[in-house]
Amino acid sequence: MIRILKQIFHTGIVTEKLPLSTDPELEKIGVKLEAAIRRKFQRSLTIRQVDAGSCNGCELEIHAINNPIYNCERFGIHFTASPRFADLLLVTGPVTHNMEVALKRTYQATPSPKLVIAVGDCGCNGGIFGESYASLGGIDKVIPVDAVIPGCPPAPAVLLQGILNAIGGQDPALAKKKKPVKS
Amino acid sequence: MSRLQNIVMAALGADATVDDTLQPFSVISLSVPRTRFAEAAKALKKEYALLAAEWATDETLLGRGFGIYACYRKEAEYLIVKTLVPVDDPTFPSLTKKYVPAYRFERQMNSLMGVTPVGHPDTRPWIKHEDWPEDAWPLRKTFDASKRLTRGSGEYRWIRAEGEGVYEIPVGPVHAGIIEPGHFRFQAMGEDVLNLEAKLGYVHKGIEKRFESLSWNEASRLAGRVSGDSTVAHCLAYSQAVEALTGSTPPDRALWLRALFLERERIANHLGDLGAICNDVAFAILFYQFMTLKEEMLRTNDKLFGHRFMMDRIVPGGTVVDIDADGIRTILLELDRLLKEFERLVVIYDENSSVEDRVRDTGILSSEKARDLGMVGFVARASGLNLDCRNHHPFPPYDRIFVSIPVLVAGDVHARAWIRVEEIRDSARLIGEILKSLPDGGIAAPVHAPPADKAGFAAVEGWRGEILYWVHSGPKGEINRCMVRDPSSLNWLGLEQCIHGNIVPDFPVCNKSFNQSYSGNDL
Repeated sequence: MIRILKQIFHTGIVTEKLPLSTDPELEKIGVKLEAAIRRKFQRSLTIRQVDAGSCNGCELEIHAINNPIYNCERFGIHFTASPRFADLLLVTGPVTHNMEVALKRTYQATPSPKLVIAVGDCGCNGGIFGESYASLGGIDKVIPVDAVIPGCPPAPAVLLQGILNAIGGQDPALAKKKKPVKS
Repeated sequence: MSRLQNIVMAALGADATVDDTLQPFSVISLSVPRTRFAEAAKALKKEYALLAAEWATDETLLGRGFGIYACYRKEAEYLIVKTLVPVDDPTFPSLTKKYVPAYRFERQMNSLMGVTPVGHPDTRPWIKHEDWPEDAWPLRKTFDASKRLTRGSGEYRWIRAEGEGVYEIPVGPVHAGIIEPGHFRFQAMGEDVLNLEAKLGYVHKGIEKRFESLSWNEASRLAGRVSGDSTVAHCLAYSQAVEALTGSTPPDRALWLRALFLERERIANHLGDLGAICNDVAFAILFYQFMTLKEEMLRTNDKLFGHRFMMDRIVPGGTVVDIDADGIRTILLELDRLLKEFERLVVIYDENSSVEDRVRDTGILSSEKARDLGMVGFVARASGLNLDCRNHHPFPPYDRIFVSIPVLVAGDVHARAWIRVEEIRDSARLIGEILKSLPDGGIAAPVHAPPADKAGFAAVEGWRGEILYWVHSGPKGEINRCMVRDPSSLNWLGLEQCIHGNIVPDFPVCNKSFNQSYSGNDL
């Protein structure tokens, strides 16, 4: 036990300020968006991540925003196991033929109002996998998408910025009604 | 003459001939008649060779039928045995009853190429889901890959368990965590798992078919995205296969740089896995500590090589980034710091009895099973098999540096974790040696134009285990077929077999200790 306590004190706090940039403009946006989570989501933005066919590169970076250095929980962002508790779906792609039905079901299981962010170049447009018998292309081919975070894979700071931008740009309570998805 | 070749030649006599399609320095390839395909397997099995891969090709553009290939491995040798089957009778003798790994390979060949393994005990499709049209065989040249599939109906025939108190737990394809999709079906009684069956294929992106529509250079990007966490190893294996096919040799410095990338990828992923194993037994402090160390490595990768995972840094012919004296200093300083931190964490892991209680004797895969199932990588090494291509089939520069291969016999979650601990230590040492002996010179050499109808083969030890690539050029020197064998294609079978007798709540940590790739398996 003493070793564990020593390690904790020895490590200290490694969490970094966001955005990881020296640009004062961006820093201002960071503060503003934190306020947005507070205002619109009662300090708690709950995300359900769905891998609809990615190579798992994007998942590594989504994992990374949970590590102590990026520590997304400080903004009130946390990941949930069930779409029924989610405010936002973070979807990586391309959507495969074999995941199409599961993705639609996950979308339908998420209560409205909801946001969908397509992550990674493949989530945006299919990337290197393109469109084929097995890959349907970007996420928007299957469910409505509110925002995209391109990159292969997008770095953790870019992901956080993208999430913050997406929730700052649109008030989900006032979001226009989207077409229902048929399964 | 290789020993494996001798074995087949002795058993089949004049029926086995050397197939010169493969470049001579790549790997030995034998051609046998279809009727004696299984006989060759039997002879090799008797001499303790293992089946490493089995795949089919469509060679109609070259005026032949379908090719059926089996790749065997024994110690330092690989041997490919090939047979041709006509288009109007696409059947071949199944090897499943001799080699368990053939079980899924052959289901996959049947599903995607439409070649039928005669005598295979399980006719259910694999990767191809039951709602696909039955005659959709994407790897055939006649298949139009640009069209969407129509979706029919159908239900997967799961293995059932019946009896009083027996129930089923379906899990997936969308899982609770931030992980890839797949379906696990448990039959349980109380908390005890009676059986586990995995159904994969959810992230099938048509990668092998996609290869055939790309140029050799573009395809290197695709290889780097077969499994994102092994991007370096896959790019390296692809590049080596192309170099074997074209007879190109990258400059010495590039070979050493590739090894540097490969070892860095190994350390970063092992750190992440150790953290995740601790997380799954609710030991949060080590999860966060290991993840912090991993993050620091990824940042150094980004700073020195321009990408956190070093995607697309390896290409056929060499590498696209170099390292200068400053970079070498940065890495050495980082490793020194990282190792000190790491050793402190390992002591915490090792001394904690609540962690030990969860990881010891959990998810045991016996040596015997591991061998029968043809396990590779750290899963094999945790179950007593001394297997590592860096040693048994060394590609440069591993023929010039000593790799220490840790082997444990317990086969439990702890053994799989501890192999990673030992490998992190050894990879750190290897990086030091690589940087010390990094030769001068260029980092890329031109790749010769691929000749028609030739093949190249490569085996690379990624962090997860042995990765095989086999590339074959068509009549115009284009990609006719690119076979990818990720370690996951073999090791997923091991997860199913290690779970018997365990309780349902221990499944996540067993799964994490394997940490196989869904994308690399589904392709």
